[in-house]
Amino acid sequence: MIYPDSKVLLEVRGLCATVNGIDILKNLDFTVRSGEVHAIMGQNGSGKSTFAKVLAGHPAYEVTSGSVLFEGQDLLALKPEERARAGFFLAFQYPIEVSGVGNGQFLRLSYNTVQKQRGMEELDPLEFDDFVREKMKLLEMSPDFLDRSVNEGFSGGEKKRNEILQMALLEPRLAILDETDSGLDIDALRIVAHGVNQLTTKDNAMVMVTHYQRLLNYIVPDYVHVMDAGRIIKTGGKALALELETRGYDWVSTEYKATASVTA
Amino acid sequence: MSAANAPTRVIAGNYLENLLAGQPQREASSLAWLNTLREEATNCVSTLTLPTTRDEEWRFTDISLLSKMSFTSALSASCLEAVDAAHFYIEEATTRLVFVDGFYAPQLSSTSKQSGVVVSNLSPAMATHATAIEPHLGRHALFTNDAFSAQNTATLHDAAVMIVPRDVAVATPVHLLFIATQKELVGTPRCLVIAEAGSTMTVIEDYVVLPQAHSQEGAHFTNTVTEIVLEDNAHVMHIRVQREGSKAFHIANCAVSLGRASNYQSVSVALGARISRYNLHVRQTAEGSHCTLDGLTLISGRQLADTHTCIDHAKPHGISHQLHKCIVGGSAHAVFNGKVMVREGAQRTDAKQSNRNLLLTAKAHIDTKPQLEIFASDVKCTHGATVGQLDSEEVFYLQSRGLAESAARNLLTYAFGAEVIDRIPIASLKHQLEQTVLEQTASQL
Repeated sequence: MIYPDSKVLLEVRGLCATVNGIDILKNLDFTVRSGEVHAIMGQNGSGKSTFAKVLAGHPAYEVTSGSVLFEGQDLLALKPEERARAGFFLAFQYPIEVSGVGNGQFLRLSYNTVQKQRGMEELDPLEFDDFVREKMKLLEMSPDFLDRSVNEGFSGGEKKRNEILQMALLEPRLAILDETDSGLDIDALRIVAHGVNQLTTKDNAMVMVTHYQRLLNYIVPDYVHVMDAGRIIKTGGKALALELETRGYDWVSTEYKATASVTA
Repeated sequence: MSAANAPTRVIAGNYLENLLAGQPQREASSLAWLNTLREEATNCVSTLTLPTTRDEEWRFTDISLLSKMSFTSALSASCLEAVDAAHFYIEEATTRLVFVDGFYAPQLSSTSKQSGVVVSNLSPAMATHATAIEPHLGRHALFTNDAFSAQNTATLHDAAVMIVPRDVAVATPVHLLFIATQKELVGTPRCLVIAEAGSTMTVIEDYVVLPQAHSQEGAHFTNTVTEIVLEDNAHVMHIRVQREGSKAFHIANCAVSLGRASNYQSVSVALGARISRYNLHVRQTAEGSHCTLDGLTLISGRQLADTHTCIDHAKPHGISHQLHKCIVGGSAHAVFNGKVMVREGAQRTDAKQSNRNLLLTAKAHIDTKPQLEIFASDVKCTHGATVGQLDSEEVFYLQSRGLAESAARNLLTYAFGAEVIDRIPIASLKHQLEQTVLEQTASQL
C-alpha cells in the first residue's frame, strides 16, 4: 500500500551488472518505499532474476557501475550474509537443496543469526520448535518438513512455501520474491499469497518478480514495472499487469524505443 | 604385476620377520590346528613381500615410510589405569572387550552375561567353543597372499571372540576397544565374530590411541585382522572407527562371509593415522544375502587413508549397497577402490555403489577407482564417483539467510560427512563422531 511520507527503503541508481563479461543490467533505476508492493514483469532474459541476485550479493554477478542504497546504507558493500542480517531477503526462484542439513536446524541457525544482529533473544531448539510450528501453520506446512534436509525432495510448491516460511521467520524490511509463483498450482499459489499478504506491513516492502499476472490477483501490487534489456522501461499501476496479460510485451518496448528516439 | 626381483623390493620376511622375532615366545596351543595355522602364517611371512606402488592393489598407497621404521612388540599388556580407558567407553555398550597394545585387558573389560553368548578373549573361548571357532579362525581373511594378514596370524595370541548362538538377539552393542598406548610398538589386534543362524547383533570395532603416544616423535603400528561370519538369516551391524593418532600406521583386513538371506551392515569411519589402509572383503556365499557398506574418511594434514572394498557376489539374488565418502583437507590423500564382482550364475544381483568426495583445499588429493566385474547376465549394477568442492550455490543460499561464509562452509562439510555418521544407530557414538567432524571441519576453514 502506498502511504504518504513513507521512507525510502531501496534506492537503485544507474545499476549496471555483468555475468561472465556479458552486460545484463544496463543503467537500472528503481525505488521502493516502505509499505509498498511492487511487481517487476518482463520477458525471459530481460534481467529480472539477475537484478534480484545482484541485490542479494550473488558472487557470479559483477556490478560495474551504479549504486544501491538500502535504508541509506551502501548495500553493494555488504557481504550476502550482512545483507540478510540488515533486513534484505530474497526468496529464490529455484531454492537450493542442501543435503544433510536438517531444515529445522537450518531455520533456527538462520533465525538466531538475524536475531543476534538485531540484539534480540536467540531461541533454543525447543523454543524455536514451538515458534516455527506456529509460522508453518500460516503456510499450511506439515511439521515433518522440519526433520527433512533443506528442500531435499521437496516438490516445487513445498520449496516455495519453505522460502516464504524463512521470510516469515526473518521478518525482512525488504523481500524480493523471484518467480515465487512458478511451479505452484492454484491452491499452493493461494496459500503462498495469503502468507505473503499476512507478512506485509507499512514498515516493510515486497518486490515480486514474475512472468504472469496470475500472482497479482492474489498479491495486489501498488506498482507494476516492465523490465526489458536490463532496465525498467515502463511503470504503471495494477492495470498495467492486466494490459500486459492481453497485449504481451512488444508494444511496451516499441513505445519505449519511440519515446527514447524522440527524447534523443 | 609382481616385481618380485626388483632390487628395491622389501621382502616382508626381512621386515615383518624382524617384527615377529621381537614377539614374545608363544606357548604352543594344545590344539594342533591352531599351531599349524600359526606356522603356515609364519612361513608366509618369510616368503611374501611388502607391497609397493608397483602392485596394482597398492598403486596409490606408498607405504615405504612404514618399512623405514622399526617397531618392537609389547611383551605384555601395559598397565592402563581404568580412568585412562574410561573416556573411550560407549555408554550404550554394556559389554566390552578392551585390548591394550594388542593384549587383552580383563580388568577393563566387561563380558557378556547373556546366556549362551560368547564375548571373550580367544583362550577362554577356545576352551569351550574350539569346534565352533576352528572352521572360521584364519579361514576367511586369507594370508597366503597378504603379508600383513600373515604377520597378524603368525602372532595370533589374544583376540576378541564373539559367538552368538542360533536365533539369539544381543540387545545392546558390543564394544571391541583397541587402545594403543606406546610409540614404536606394533600391535596385532584380532577379531572373530560368528553370528549363528538367525542371530542379531551390533558390534563396534574401535581403534583409539592414548594422547601421549603420539605427542612425541614416533608412532605405533597397528596391523589388525577381523573375520565376521554370518550364517543363514543372521543380522550383523558392524561399526568400525579408526581414530588412531596422526602419526600411526594402521593396516586392517576385514573378511566377511555372508550366509543365505543374511544381512550385514557396515559403517566404517577413518579419522586417524598417518597412513591407513582398510581392506574390506565381503563374500556372499549363499543366495539372497544383503549387505550395506557405508564409509567415511575424514583426513587432513599429511594423512593418507586408503579404503579398498571388495563385494563378491558369488550366488544369485544378492543385494549390495555401498556409499563411501571422503572429506580431504590439508595436503592429505584419500584412496577409494571399490570392487564389485558378480560371478557367473549370480543372477538377479542388485549392486549399487556410490563414492562421493569432497576436497577442501587445492593440495588435497583423492584417487578413486570403482571396479565392476560382471560375469552374470541378469543383474542390476550401478556405480558412480564424484569429486568436488563445496557447491557455491549452496554456500550462497546459506549466506543469503544470514550465515557467515565460514559457517556455511562448515555446515555443508559437516552435512556431507553426517550422511554416513547418521547411519550409526548408537546415539552417543554418533554424537561423538559428529563433534569430531565439526571440530575437524572448523579447524580447516
